[in-house]
Amino acid sequence: MRRSAFAALLGTVLLLGFAMLAGGCRPRETAVERGVREQVLHRGFSPDIADLDPHVAMMVSDYGVISAFFEGLVAEDPRDLHPVPGVAEHWTVSADGLTYTFHLRSNARWSNGDPITAPDFLASWRRALTPSFGCDNANLMYVVRGAADFHQGRATRFSDVGFAAPDARTVVITLERPTPYFLSLLQHWVWWPVHFPTLEKAGDPYARGTRWTRPETFVGNGPFRLREWTIGQRIVGERSETYWDAASVRLRELRLYPMEDINAEERAFRGGQLHVTEAVPAAKIDAYRASPSGELRMDPALGTYFYRLNVTHPSLASAELRRALAQAVDREAIVTRILRGTQVASAAFTPGGLAGYEPPRGLEYDPDAARASLAAAGYPGGKGAPELELLFNSSENHRAIAEALQEMWRRELGLSVRLVSMEGKTVLDARRTGQFQLLRSSWVGDYADPMTFLAVWRGASGNNYTGWRSPAYEALLDQAERTPSEAERATRLREAETLLLSEAPLIPLYRYTHVYLLHPQVRGWYSNPMGRHPYKHVWLEPTR
Amino acid sequence: MLRFFASRLLQSLLALIIIITATFFMLRFVPGGPFTSEKAVTPEILRNLEAHYGLDQPLWKQYVDYLGSLAQGDFGPSFKYPNRTVNEILADKLPVSLELGFLSLLVALLIGLPLGILAAVRRNTWVDYVGSSFGMVGISIPTFVVGPLLVLAFAIHLGWFNASGWYSPIDRVLPCLVLGIAYAAPISRLTRGGMLEVLSQDFIRTARAKGASELRVVLRHSLKGGLLPVVSFLGPAIAGILTGSFVIETIFQIPGIGREFVNSAFNRDYTLVLGTVILYAVLIMALNLAADVVQAWMNPKVRLEA
Repeated sequence: MRRSAFAALLGTVLLLGFAMLAGGCRPRETAVERGVREQVLHRGFSPDIADLDPHVAMMVSDYGVISAFFEGLVAEDPRDLHPVPGVAEHWTVSADGLTYTFHLRSNARWSNGDPITAPDFLASWRRALTPSFGCDNANLMYVVRGAADFHQGRATRFSDVGFAAPDARTVVITLERPTPYFLSLLQHWVWWPVHFPTLEKAGDPYARGTRWTRPETFVGNGPFRLREWTIGQRIVGERSETYWDAASVRLRELRLYPMEDINAEERAFRGGQLHVTEAVPAAKIDAYRASPSGELRMDPALGTYFYRLNVTHPSLASAELRRALAQAVDREAIVTRILRGTQVASAAFTPGGLAGYEPPRGLEYDPDAARASLAAAGYPGGKGAPELELLFNSSENHRAIAEALQEMWRRELGLSVRLVSMEGKTVLDARRTGQFQLLRSSWVGDYADPMTFLAVWRGASGNNYTGWRSPAYEALLDQAERTPSEAERATRLREAETLLLSEAPLIPLYRYTHVYLLHPQVRGWYSNPMGRHPYKHVWLEPTR
Repeated sequence: MLRFFASRLLQSLLALIIIITATFFMLRFVPGGPFTSEKAVTPEILRNLEAHYGLDQPLWKQYVDYLGSLAQGDFGPSFKYPNRTVNEILADKLPVSLELGFLSLLVALLIGLPLGILAAVRRNTWVDYVGSSFGMVGISIPTFVVGPLLVLAFAIHLGWFNASGWYSPIDRVLPCLVLGIAYAAPISRLTRGGMLEVLSQDFIRTARAKGASELRVVLRHSLKGGLLPVVSFLGPAIAGILTGSFVIETIFQIPGIGREFVNSAFNRDYTLVLGTVILYAVLIMALNLAADVVQAWMNPKVRLEA
């Protein structure tokens, strides 16, 4: 009797299950499908953004969030990012290349309806350069006359900095020296304006951490206005009616989700919650590549994966030894076997194709030359060479690459290298204090010009860390900065990079490719090296 | 009873102060700081940032200042999110973790208790074997395996739920199920054990002999005694659900406090680390204190020994 009661119960449960399954055969409309219908773009991004204030935001990925809510004097073409009019309708450059005059459009407005004026820009730049504010990207403004002195406290009068507003709709910027990449530099968010009356209402406009970036008070000037910002959950923007070019903005809404876990992000993409992801788990790349959906995107990015060599450490003081290490690295093997062909092997530090610049080939894989260099360093066949130590931050990929290098150096040169892995910020601290020999590193450019890469290796650069400094190298960079001819400039830069790579204070391994997932229904989304996809040009269209 | 309670409260307070002090100083001795980043921060900027947050003061003074503001209930500003205070972040995220924990516990009890009782009543039948297998499987398979599997089946293939997020009520189903199953397994095992012990006792035989129905025997006579092991397990289990939600929060992108607890340490967000540590410490101590008090109330022996 009891047994039959059980059977009945079990039967009911199973039946219910089947009923639910049958109902589930017609899946509900996903967020992605609904988004296509309603022009709502769902995008995952990481790491999470700290603040929407353009003078506080510092990560390269932050661009994808704040570019929805702000716009600078110049904007970018969605295809190749060449400067196009933004808040400035047009501009002129003086014959000596030192003075830029921008004419603001009359219909440029803040999201609260106020007109955007030249003094708005000046006040914003003053804020970015105010020493006590601590803006991380303020050094990108050092090309402006007097900006470095003001920011580093050597000058206190802001009127001495090369900014002027002769009238409400004209901004004049005077540079320290001709800077051919100035307009693309202007596309960086550190130059974007903030609405001072709003900042003043929220507290001291020259202090970070006031609450003006909350949705209740936020005022921006971009194609979208901020509707919601729930930390760790989502940022929602809706089309701004006050934006000067609102008529050409096709997305109605933008939903940005901070995704900490790339596996969770990929599941959300497959489950129809995201149109665009920030990344793809390495293990999933082959499957997406084989699928005909065309969702996998691999865009060349403006970044380089490399190792820093601490030249002040006794074991790495010899340039011959450093060259030997660089020449013994089979980059193709690393890229094809470990990275599944998603990245591009490169022995140069600067990516090609920037402002007419092609980098030198660098110290490419050449085991015989490597052994010769090692012998020249006084360690023929690796005999008597010191044991080296390679430091990297804990991650599967970094470890796999470090192990491959360890084996290559052992096989080709007979060198023994110890691998040390530590947690992210601990590694950064070791870098700061110079407590390393070989250090895994990466560099991502701030603007589309080789200088954002080559300036790293100036002796006084805060990002050098290797202890390497060369007057000849800096002289070449100075010459490049002074010359008015673009071809001449590229030649000098190339000479500089050749010198840098031959001294090998670094070993470049590969150029970054941004690997991510993109729904085929997202339109106006082009591949470009900065990974920037201005939202005003993006829309959603059903595929037929 | 009051003396017992007061002495336990004092002990907890002392432990809390030790935890705060140890966390505060250990954090400062870890290499790297809140402003250590991939791109170099110039020394001028770093000095200005440190001055802004009072990190340029001597360490003892920072400690005293921190305790001072803590006494007023102020956890300070977050380093990672400059326009939020730690109080706001905790107030935002604690309810999410509490909801997740509470619903999961409910799932755990709703699955675990009936399964355990059935297994005990139908000992050594297929019901028992199914229940026991569920228990073993549930205990051995970690949530980071069960979670993605359920997402694969129910979110991606069947399309019933979202794969991640915490927006609508339906988003609660999968995460709470996963976390609930993880705790249902030990609960069903404990229930089965407790019930078996009670069911084999003389008074049950007496009840049966007097003609009590099976349902009455189970519900009326054995359940209370059989559940004692479960009750004592619940104290640490609740603490575990609350503090151990990190994995679930990551798998499902839930904006709870478990994720903040782990990430704040990576970010060296000093104030947020301290805030979450203090919150967890208080929660766990309160739960333990409650458990002790209940135990003392139920069992005079404990009271006397204290």
